[in-house]
Amino acid sequence: MTTKLRFATVWLAGCSGCHMSFLDLDEWLFELAEAVEIVYSPVASDIKVFPEGVDLCLVEGAVANADNLELALQLRARSKVVVSFGDCAVTANVPGLRNLWAEVEGGSRHSVLERGYVELADTGAQHPHAPGIVPELLERVLPLHEVIPVDHYLPGCPPSAERIRTFLEPLLRGELPAMEGPAMLGFG
Amino acid sequence: MSVDPPVVHGHINGQVFSAAADATLLQVIRAAGLQVPTLCHLDGLTPVGACRLCLVAIEGHPKLEPACVTTVAEGMVVHTHTPELETYRRMAVELFFAEGNHVCAFCVANGSCELQDVAVEVGMDHSRFPYQYPQRHVDASHTQFSLDHHRCILCTRCVRVCDEIEGAHVWDVGYRGSACSIIAGLDQPWGEVAACTSCGKCVDVCPTGALFRKEDGTAEKHPHPERAAQLAEARHEHRWTNP
Repeated sequence: MTTKLRFATVWLAGCSGCHMSFLDLDEWLFELAEAVEIVYSPVASDIKVFPEGVDLCLVEGAVANADNLELALQLRARSKVVVSFGDCAVTANVPGLRNLWAEVEGGSRHSVLERGYVELADTGAQHPHAPGIVPELLERVLPLHEVIPVDHYLPGCPPSAERIRTFLEPLLRGELPAMEGPAMLGFG
Repeated sequence: MSVDPPVVHGHINGQVFSAAADATLLQVIRAAGLQVPTLCHLDGLTPVGACRLCLVAIEGHPKLEPACVTTVAEGMVVHTHTPELETYRRMAVELFFAEGNHVCAFCVANGSCELQDVAVEVGMDHSRFPYQYPQRHVDASHTQFSLDHHRCILCTRCVRVCDEIEGAHVWDVGYRGSACSIIAGLDQPWGEVAACTSCGKCVDVCPTGALFRKEDGTAEKHPHPERAAQLAEARHEHRWTNP
């Protein structure tokens, strides 16, 4: 009996659109479920702790807070192949826009919280502060490869279901996907 | 008495070419059915060699040369896709992304952006250079158009089309190094520059989402870079002159 490839997907600082695009794989998900064991995923598993011995891990989202950073380090240590899945993981994309406030008084972390929780608040204006419950924002939002080594990049906002499938199929056969041309590359 | 030969010969990627002696290498490359990426080049405008994407290797030359501003010469042996050139081109495109604030997802030019296309062409799947997040601004002072400096790659197509085709010379390049930017008039808000005829040619030829029409939202920009060549050709042929 051959053991199934242990497959994980992770959602860091992103809108979940890449996972929605993953779900757009529709009936091909049945084939994927035959080929792999899904050991961790916000859309396909109820496991809360990232497991050991993962073969292939798709990571959506940038690294924006202390939880993202901890999970990124953990998944790298526990996965053979790590994929930056979508533009937020690859470029920091929209979550990274607050980096534009890095030079502003107080930095990007303070500025984005001030804007969201104080300036735009109707009532109860205050910065969120709940140590151990609400993760602290990092001062700079980073693409995944600036935090951990990444093996493959799957750009797109989101990558289309077709692009995800064309990327995954060779990997499931133990081959490398050919990442070239407009079908497989292109931001946005 | 000797005269320059009207036609010269050489090799590109092992293929023989013959071309008019005043042709540029880029013209010869394209006439041969070959392709090198370009961003600043636009048919109809004077080439400037700003983007460095069309760099080619010429045997016997100590450095790489931009094809758009290099004139062919007899016996030239040219290579357009050596591993070195492909490496440098991809690095140049990554640097374009890293030095500006290019967020394709919600850009007005998403889907019709030449920077986005060139990234695909050179095989860029991520930037190995950290993003700089420079502090830039948006000039929305014009009634019809905006200039988002975050998305500007300083190709100077707008400068050239306004000067050479429209004859208004609204645009110039100001400042130095990483502070370098396109400026309107004497570094004024665009809407205050009386020389602007609001013709929109700069918007038509801008390769990214830097110049756009105010009514266009995300992915709604439809540029017309071909218009520079159409107008230049029509003028050259006096097509619209009254008899």
